[in-house]
Amino acid sequence: MKLIQELWSSLTEALVGLGAVMRFLLRLVAVAPRALLRVDLISQQVYNAGALSLVIIMLSGLFVGMVLGLQGFQLLQRFGSEEALGTAATIGLVKELGPVVTALLFAGRAGTALASELGLMRATDQLSAMEMMAVDPIRRVVVPRFLGGVIAMPLLAAIFSVIGIYGAQLVGVQIMGVDSGSFWSQMRGAVGLRDINEGIVKSCIFGVACSLIAVYEGYYAEPTAEGVGRATTRTVVTSAVFILFLDYLLTAAFL
Amino acid sequence: MRKSRTLDLGTGSFVLLGFAALFFLTTQTTSRGITLASPPHYDLTAKFDNIGDLKVGAPVSMSGVEMGRVTKITFDSKEYKAVVTLRIDARYNQIPTDSDAAIYTQGLLGGKFIGLTAGGADTYLKDKDEIDFTQSAFVLENLIGQVLANFAKSAGQSDSDKSKANAPAVAQPKATEKTK
Repeated sequence: MKLIQELWSSLTEALVGLGAVMRFLLRLVAVAPRALLRVDLISQQVYNAGALSLVIIMLSGLFVGMVLGLQGFQLLQRFGSEEALGTAATIGLVKELGPVVTALLFAGRAGTALASELGLMRATDQLSAMEMMAVDPIRRVVVPRFLGGVIAMPLLAAIFSVIGIYGAQLVGVQIMGVDSGSFWSQMRGAVGLRDINEGIVKSCIFGVACSLIAVYEGYYAEPTAEGVGRATTRTVVTSAVFILFLDYLLTAAFL
Repeated sequence: MRKSRTLDLGTGSFVLLGFAALFFLTTQTTSRGITLASPPHYDLTAKFDNIGDLKVGAPVSMSGVEMGRVTKITFDSKEYKAVVTLRIDARYNQIPTDSDAAIYTQGLLGGKFIGLTAGGADTYLKDKDEIDFTQSAFVLENLIGQVLANFAKSAGQSDSDKSKANAPAVAQPKATEKTK
């Protein structure tokens, strides 16, 4: 009986959380047009979320692509169609691995930075101070961070995919000896703009989800050192779960 | 508070890189491609009855050595044949005029490529020349159809001649077609 009660309360708790996040999103969207006027603030956040994540994204993209090249080659070799490696690697990267892995790394690199920054602002009463000065902290602090993340994420995913394709090409063509013409021509024959669009839409939605969770957790963090730490952890965990869940939904929607 | 110039530079380069990546994905990995400049080469054409799933960009090789690429596939509506343009590297400028071009398959399920076999003529193919002797793509469905037809034939004969019915149905290999 107690177990059911606990389950019920945790379920309602989760629903309340979801509702609060959605309300927060509406609030951000309502303020966004006015916040867009402060281009300098947004560009700074694009730098923080995007340019600073570039190294980890590029390195991971290279290695993911190289692994795809190796694994794909081993698998396709059994069927004597190594030339399809370009197609397999590109579709895998553009549609799935690019958006998903980038979003997971983005949550880990940029999401945590956002959450802890906002959490610390909350803990050190900077947000309250802004309210005292009649500056809306949502408009001045939260929305630029949110928009910066939303803008940076699809670009990062595209960079990840391109580097990954070259990683697969490096292993497949340079090391394993797949014909480079077949690698590219079969890829061009099989990959359509639809596949690219799927990747872009996915990465945009993941960008919104990751940034929203990060700013929400940070903004409503408990104003203690422990609370900031917990907000950061929750950002990564919630983002990861949501990314994978949304990925399933989006893939099903695009089929 | 912020080092404006370096920050802007960083943001700008990042956004530029991101859009360059998007541009690459949409133009270089899909069929709506934009091809970049190529090294010295000359073009040959060849007409095939059937090219199967030969694609633009497929390799052209002789004795297994790659010599060029397929750059264009069009349809000749007078002869009802596929016209394939081959871009051959300028290094390989000594292909005899009576060479023949055949479409082969890479591996069991791989893509198609064009294999050239040298002829014995003293004159060499030049830019815009046509390869006269061609051999169509091997189409798996046709072969299966042939095997089935042969099988049905031998099964029909089995009433009169049972000893022949067990002989395996063998498909005849396609003979080289001469287009001229």
